[in-house]
Amino acid sequence: MSAFVGKYADELIKTAKYIATPGKGILAADESTGTIGKRFSSINVENIESNRQALRELLFTSPGALPCLSGVILFEETLYQKTSDGKPFVEFLQENGVIPGIKVDKGVVDLAGTNGETTTQGLDSLDARCQEYYKAGARFAKWRAVLKIGATEPSELSIQENAKGLARYAIICQENGLVPIVEPEVLTDGSHDIKKCAAVTETVLSAVYKALNDHHVLLEGTLLKPNMVTPGSDSAKVAPEVIAEYTVNALRRTVPPAVPGIVFLSGGQSEEEATQNLNAMNKLDLLKPWTLTFSFGRALQQSTLKAWGGKKENVAKAQATFLVRCKANSDATLGKYITGASGDSAASESLFVKGYSY
Amino acid sequence: MASFTSKYADELIANAAYIGTPGKGILAADESTGTIGKRLSSINVENVESNRRALRELLFTTSGALPCLSGVILFEETLYQKSSKGTPFVDILKEGGVLPGIKVDKGTVSLPGTNGETTTQGLDGLGERCKKYYEAGARFAKWRAVLKIGPNEPSELAIRENAYGLARYAAICQENGLVPIVEPEILVDGSHDIQKCAEATERVLAACYKALSDHHVMLEGTLLKPNMVTPGSESGKVAPEVVAEYTVRALQRTVPAAVPAVVFLSGGQSEEEATRNLNAMNQLKTKKPWSLSFSFGRALQQSTLKTWGGKEENVKKAQEAFLVRCKANSEATLGVYKGDAQLGEGAAESLHVKDYKY
Repeated sequence: MSAFVGKYADELIKTAKYIATPGKGILAADESTGTIGKRFSSINVENIESNRQALRELLFTSPGALPCLSGVILFEETLYQKTSDGKPFVEFLQENGVIPGIKVDKGVVDLAGTNGETTTQGLDSLDARCQEYYKAGARFAKWRAVLKIGATEPSELSIQENAKGLARYAIICQENGLVPIVEPEVLTDGSHDIKKCAAVTETVLSAVYKALNDHHVLLEGTLLKPNMVTPGSDSAKVAPEVIAEYTVNALRRTVPPAVPGIVFLSGGQSEEEATQNLNAMNKLDLLKPWTLTFSFGRALQQSTLKAWGGKKENVAKAQATFLVRCKANSDATLGKYITGASGDSAASESLFVKGYSY
Repeated sequence: MASFTSKYADELIANAAYIGTPGKGILAADESTGTIGKRLSSINVENVESNRRALRELLFTTSGALPCLSGVILFEETLYQKSSKGTPFVDILKEGGVLPGIKVDKGTVSLPGTNGETTTQGLDGLGERCKKYYEAGARFAKWRAVLKIGPNEPSELAIRENAYGLARYAAICQENGLVPIVEPEILVDGSHDIQKCAEATERVLAACYKALSDHHVMLEGTLLKPNMVTPGSESGKVAPEVVAEYTVRALQRTVPAAVPAVVFLSGGQSEEEATRNLNAMNQLKTKKPWSLSFSFGRALQQSTLKTWGGKEENVKKAQEAFLVRCKANSEATLGVYKGDAQLGEGAAESLHVKDYKY
């Protein structure tokens, strides 16, 4: 085959397919220590290990939430943490039908000679690290490449570099039993219209799949985590149906049917926006050979974080809030979400942060 | 969109979709004067215009055949020919619900420094030629790129050259209202196994779709004409189900869902083989977001030619033979071919010619 079929091939295919189960999606809880610190400071909570543990325990033990999830992406620290009962998070998730995943990239660095474009690092010793993560119970991984839209961006260099990085990461993961989530995020920053975002997204995805093919990646054992196709952050918003149309068409033009599922990132969208857009995509009457689901971080946790505020007495309320978003997105993967089902104002708050870096 | 929007966009999309209508397929009757000469000499018929015209009339006026076809690819000479009653062939086809197509490439030339690899020529003045063909009634075009399998083949150079030639041709066609059939044929010549063919096919198709994306070709207004994935001509045959599995998997890994239909070439397969393989593909229960049909030349005409032998008194019998193959392949596109087509003389005969040139 053009694809490398290693000893984990069957398992990779099975895991990727499971993650793409209609009605389920991914909770991206892999905020690095630095990034979770920013979230905590917004709710006046100290960025110490016990608080980081408490937040993730709050999320994972929310009654009724795990059935809405097929996977959770973890940061390395969390992979080795336990519940207050002493049960490893990884085991707790597995017992509840949720596959643990691990963020493996080491952030972005500048591409000299470009206008603020970046590439992602993390390939060194990735092979050994993946083996360790597999032993610890992880079965999928995530690597975020970042591109931006500008007058001359994304440049050919940036596209090639990031696509290649994603492909190398992907094959190394597959060699070691981890399903790679391929994430080529095109940032929303800018005043461009939705057509521009569509054109860039298609160009980027086309380059990504060429690189994956060059590197013999087994597509049936991967997932894609792209941006939705939307107008730039400085442009006027459009209806979910419009986003759905442009997004699904971009994917139909670039993502081979062998890929089992597409798990969208939420970017700076509010919780409600992200859910409505996902819902509209699943309602769209257009042939989609992959399932369309979520891999949301902020868009699943925002109102939950606010409700919690770091206080033990708020845990139950926060968990109830989290469940609302989980159910909403689960419904959205089936095109069954009814707008306004969750009335929280925080849910409509934009989560856009200019030049967002983890 | 990343694709350029031709003023013919809607028409291209509608025509491409029509050609992919389940139950229909393409008759490749675009043999150049030289090539048809070889066919005619094999049945002791003189290669003169009247005979070339008579053959095509035989095919196009076969009662019951046109409903099995959505398109016919013509050589330039034929585009301007008429039936013995004076009706332009183009009109006969149109009235029969069949789109006329036109071969626009000008054959292959060697790539120096390679081991017998080639690229295809025909880009010079192609825009002008396409305009004329559109005026004459053509609505789709075809360009055949040829690759081969060997120890070092297909080389990166051959793949890139041919992929980008196809992409330029496709963009020019769309500018001028013709749906481009993209044909990257990997010759069956060789002693390689089916895995090797699958590997080469996936590499070549991935390169083609990257090139098409780079050239802003609108995939919804194109068709793909690939080889089926089979063992080499000097290797043992495999069952149609195996050909189907490897072929469809190769397509799943490389052909975006936006492409409405895949119309297979028959290569050196016998009429019956080609039909059975196509049938098996349509019976396969797996993701197929594009319809799978035929664009057969030899595999539709072989037994018809033999039966005709250039004699007026054989026309009726020859037309019956042709109808048998048309119906068989029509059924194969629906996965309902029962293999009971009364085999005309030569229907099971291999049509493989080593290093086949048109």
